Parts: sequence; C-alpha cells; structure tokens
Amino acid sequence: MRPVTSYHPQNKHEDTILSPLRRVTRVDRWLWAVLLSVMGLGAYAYSRQWVFGLGVTGLNRPVYWGVYITNFVYFIGLAHSGTFISAILRLAGAGWRKPLTRAAEAITVFSLPFGVASILIDMGRLDRVLNLIFYGRFQSPLLWDVTAVSLYLFSSVVFFYLSLLPDIALCRDRLTAVPLWQRRVYGFLALGWQGRPEQFHRLERVLDGMAIFMTMLVVTVHTVVAWIFGMTLQPGWHTALIGPFFLLGAIFSGTAAVVIALAILRRVYHMQEVLTVSPFNSLRKLLIVFTLGWLYMMVAEHLTQFYGSLPDEMEVFWQKFTGTFAPLFWLMFLTVFVLPLIILVFLGKNRIGWMVVASVLINLGMWIERFVVIVPTETRPTLTTGLGHYQPTWVEGAITASLFAGMVLLYAVFTRLFPVVPIWETAEAVEAETPPAGRAAACLACGDRANQENP
Amino acid sequence: MPRWGMVIDLDKCTACQACTVACRVENNVSFAGPDEYRRSRAIFWNVVVGVIHGEFPEVRAEYIPMPCMHCDNPPCVKVCPVGATYKNQEGIVFQDYDRCIGCRMCMQGCPYNRRYFNWRVPEWPETFSEYRNPDFEARPRPKGVVEKCTFCVQRLRWAREEGRPIGSDYPDGVVPACVETCTGGARYFGDLDDPDSIVSRLSRSPRAFRLQEELGTEPKVYYLRPGQWTAER
Repeated sequence: MRPVTSYHPQNKHEDTILSPLRRVTRVDRWLWAVLLSVMGLGAYAYSRQWVFGLGVTGLNRPVYWGVYITNFVYFIGLAHSGTFISAILRLAGAGWRKPLTRAAEAITVFSLPFGVASILIDMGRLDRVLNLIFYGRFQSPLLWDVTAVSLYLFSSVVFFYLSLLPDIALCRDRLTAVPLWQRRVYGFLALGWQGRPEQFHRLERVLDGMAIFMTMLVVTVHTVVAWIFGMTLQPGWHTALIGPFFLLGAIFSGTAAVVIALAILRRVYHMQEVLTVSPFNSLRKLLIVFTLGWLYMMVAEHLTQFYGSLPDEMEVFWQKFTGTFAPLFWLMFLTVFVLPLIILVFLGKNRIGWMVVASVLINLGMWIERFVVIVPTETRPTLTTGLGHYQPTWVEGAITASLFAGMVLLYAVFTRLFPVVPIWETAEAVEAETPPAGRAAACLACGDRANQENP
Repeated sequence: MPRWGMVIDLDKCTACQACTVACRVENNVSFAGPDEYRRSRAIFWNVVVGVIHGEFPEVRAEYIPMPCMHCDNPPCVKVCPVGATYKNQEGIVFQDYDRCIGCRMCMQGCPYNRRYFNWRVPEWPETFSEYRNPDFEARPRPKGVVEKCTFCVQRLRWAREEGRPIGSDYPDGVVPACVETCTGGARYFGDLDDPDSIVSRLSRSPRAFRLQEELGTEPKVYYLRPGQWTAER
C-alpha cells in the first residue's frame, strides 16, 4: 500500500454508519435469496412473453398500454425522490437534508433502471430497440422520453457517484477487515481520492452546479413522461395539466419512498442517533404540502373536465367516478389524500411509524393513480367500436413484482457495501491522517460550507 | 401525382361485411381464433361499425364501414418514434413491418382506432394456405408489430405494371378489394386531385362528410350521409 496523505471527515457517528458494511447477516442472505427468486419468476414470465408475444398479457384493443406503462411512470416518479432531496433542497439550502441525501439518491439510481426496463418490456419488438437510435424521430414524444430518461439516468448516476466519492475513500482506508474483493472495489472506485481541502472545495462546486442541472432535468423528465399521453388527442389525456400533475405526483411518491427507506434503515441498522426524528418531521411537512397540492391538481383537472362536459371526456370521467374504475379511483383518493392527510397532520408528528404508514399508502395510491389515469381513457376511445376491458394477467403481475424485487435487492445490497448516510456531508470537520506529518487540519467547516450548514 | 381517396355512400351500404372479408383475404390478415377474438385481439383492417341512434320505437341503426382514413395530416405518423409509419407521395399511410418497434404509440395517436397490433405470432388455418395472397406488400407480419389498411397498395402496383387504369372512373379500373367486392356498390376509389374523378366529385357533394373532421386530420375517406327516406317513395 502506498502511503497517501488522506484527509478524512471527522464524524462522531462514523462507526455507527460504517457498521452495516462490516458484515452480512443471515437475514440479508435470506432476503436477497427471496428477492432473487421473485426476479427469477419475473424472468420466466418475460421469457413467455418473448416467445409468445404481448398476447400473454391482458392488453388488447383498445387498451394498448396497461400495467407496464403504469410501472414505467411509477418508477420514474419514484426516482424523483433523490433528486428532489439532494438537488432541489441543496439549492434551497435546506441543511436538514444532509443525512438523508444518500438514501434518497440511492432510490433514484436504483428505481430508474426499472423504469427503463418497464418500457423495454412493453415493447413488441425489443430486438429492434436500436431503431430508436438509427431512425429516431424527435417529432415523437416517445423519443423525448428516451432522451430525457437516459440523460436523467446518466446524470443521476454521476451525481450519486460524485457525492459518494469521499465516503468510498473513507471505506478504502477504514474497512481493512472486509474481503479482498471489496477492498479492491473501494480502492478502484475511490479514484485516488485524498480529500484535500481543494478537492472538497471542487466537489462542492461540481455538486452545486449539477444540482442546478438536475433540478431542471427532474422537471423536464417527468413532464415529458406525461407527454406521451398528453400529446395524443385521447380524452382525459389531452390536457396541459397532465405534465405538472405527473411531476407533482412523482415528487410526492418519491418523498414518501424516502420516508419508508429511511425508517427501515434507521431501524435495521440502529441509526437512531444519526437519523434523528427531526428530518422525518421536515419530510412530514413536505408530504402534507404535496398531499394538498395533489388535491389541488386533482380538482383543477376534473372540475375543468366536468364543467366543460365534452361527451368524449365525460365518458372517461364517469368511468373513473362511477364506472368500472370507480373502486380503484376512490381507493386512490383514500390512500393518496384522505388517509395520509389525517395521519400526517394528526398522528404523524414525531412518530415515524405513522409516517411510514402514510408513506406506504401514498405509494400504493400513486401507483393506482397512474393506472387510473392511463387505462380508463383507453377503454373509452372516441368513435367507439366496442368498449374496452382490461384484466392484467399473471405475467404482468410477476414482471411487476420482479421489478420491485430488483429495486429492493439493489438497494439492500448497496446498504451493505456503501455508507447509507453521507459521512462527509454530516461531518463536523475534515482532518489529515496517515502519515501524521503535519496534522494540517483542513477545516472544511470554515469556508463556504459553513454558510450552507444550517442544522 | 394522384392523391388516392375513397368515398363510401352510407345510403348504399347494406352492412353485408363483404368488404371486411375481401380485405382479410386480399391482405393476408391473420385469424385470431375464438379465444383471442374474445380478448379483443382480432385484426380487421376494415370494419363495419354499427351505431344505434335513439330508443325503441324511435330507433335508427347506422352502419359505418371504416378502413384506414389515410389522413393527409396523420397523427399516427407524427408520433412514431422510428418513422416506421409514413405517408407516401400519393397520400397513402403505410406501416413498415421491418422497422416497427411495437411501442403502440401510433395506436394511441390514431383518433379512429384504425391500427392493429400483432399480440401473437399471426396464424392461419391450414386450409387457408393455398389461398394466401403471394404479393410482397401483403406478406405475413411478424409478431409484435402494428399493421393497417394500405388501400391495397399491391393492386395499385400491379395495375401500373400491367398498364391498367386505377379508380372507379373506369369500367376495368383497378380498385382496392373492399371497393371491388362491395355488393351495394357503395364504395368508390380514385384520385381526389383530379377534379373530374368520381371520388373528387362525390367528396364535394353536400352529403359528403368525414369522421372527426374537427380534429384537422384531413382524412381521405369521405362518407355520403344517408338521405331522408319517406313512405311516398
């Protein structure tokens, strides 16, 4: 090992944060095995679809898009968690976000691939996916999606990796007892990071710059996702509100997902002191705002539709309010708005368990919301040539389950390999170590970081 | 350069469905079978849609045969991400089965629901094999792609190869299968840009209308409204 001068953040919780990385328990292995077998089931289901075509799903005419596209919108929405917490709140200078950033960004990075996978699974001819590059037409909203989502995936991975860098270096130097391959991974991924003050300074500048870019991207991406519906002339889809509504829903479900992930990590990895109740309370306030914002969008959209009363629009409207999709619609209303609002306002304060209940309801409801936006419109096409029905099959169920399993698996493995709370961002100071030559304490707390600190 | 269009006289249509059958045979449209039909997966490049107006006893049934509208301003072409659907110079909207990625965006875009997806590998009964149309344009489609009416483009091609006229204006004119077979003689095919052609003249008739004209898609399939029938006649 070459002697390198490393400056490491001084964080009193370092041991707590690093402790999950030091071992893999039997529970972990069981969890991973279960998740892998669910993914295996999904792979089997997809192999059936590959051989026999999309006929193995419940899709038909005129319900051309169903559960897969719902998953696509949902996963891309979930991915807005990390960008919201780390980029938007970074720009807003909200200091309480710091312990949460890593866990939130990990949701982004691990849900995006499954959003991409959802749309690939939905394609009739996956073997021709490269046609999108060879013959791509930018006049098509679908290509906007391809562009925006791939750019988003790429930049969020870079953003995630950059903010992980100082902590990987810390793992490289601290975790000497872990298996050799793991040490090699840290050594390789740390890119020779030494943590000199100017490196930290540069890192902060890059992250600030990227935060601006990511914020713009987050708005663009989910609006564009909504536009594959909004740009068609279909009743119920063709509204200018669909973009902002999808965006709000995305950040809403993403933030709720952060609450769930953090609560689990806090409990399982005994991080009660690192992840205090205070940031949860901040998230709770945000969730209350989003819940109300969701109602606002909901009323704005449906009142416009109802008051205008165009016959084609009303067909879809009544499908949701009293027709085939009424049970789902009202379940959504209950789980996205009524119950979470009651729980968050009256029960949630300082009680993480209740917040998790609300967050689970919100995420369930947001998945249903996507479904209820997409499918009822399709069952009531203009120039009715027979009304549409849609009954998803086990193939769609298995593939959906495997996508969720895949996301949880990546997340779970990640938490055993990398610190889930950013050690450097929550550190008090950064000091030089090994060799002890001139303990040139490079206090990062002085400098521009101090201005952002607002614990 | 002609601009092909069709006129369908709803007064002459008897809803016999001969057009639907002729279209299927001419274009090698696959057989869905009873199960897939029940799942609403059957493919019909041409359908005859029945619309019931009013309630008993004041009830009136209307039948609207619908091929692809071959819009001059086609929303399906606009949204295709790979250019697999396109309008040729003669105004016919085609689907490139070899380029289509099966995303079904065009099907969402089409306000007339005139596009069909191959949910499974297309199948034909054994007995049908010797009746298959060998024309390249009507070749069997693979699974996972979208297909649609082409105004029987293979007929237009061989008409030109054999030097025969195209359109309902000529007694021996070549026309799409649905037009040729129409038992009531309700369908006309020809060049909309030729002011003297039958379709052009009928498209200017006061009875003429197009489906969802308000969308600005400029369909090239015109309909002639059914007239008022009275007892004295």
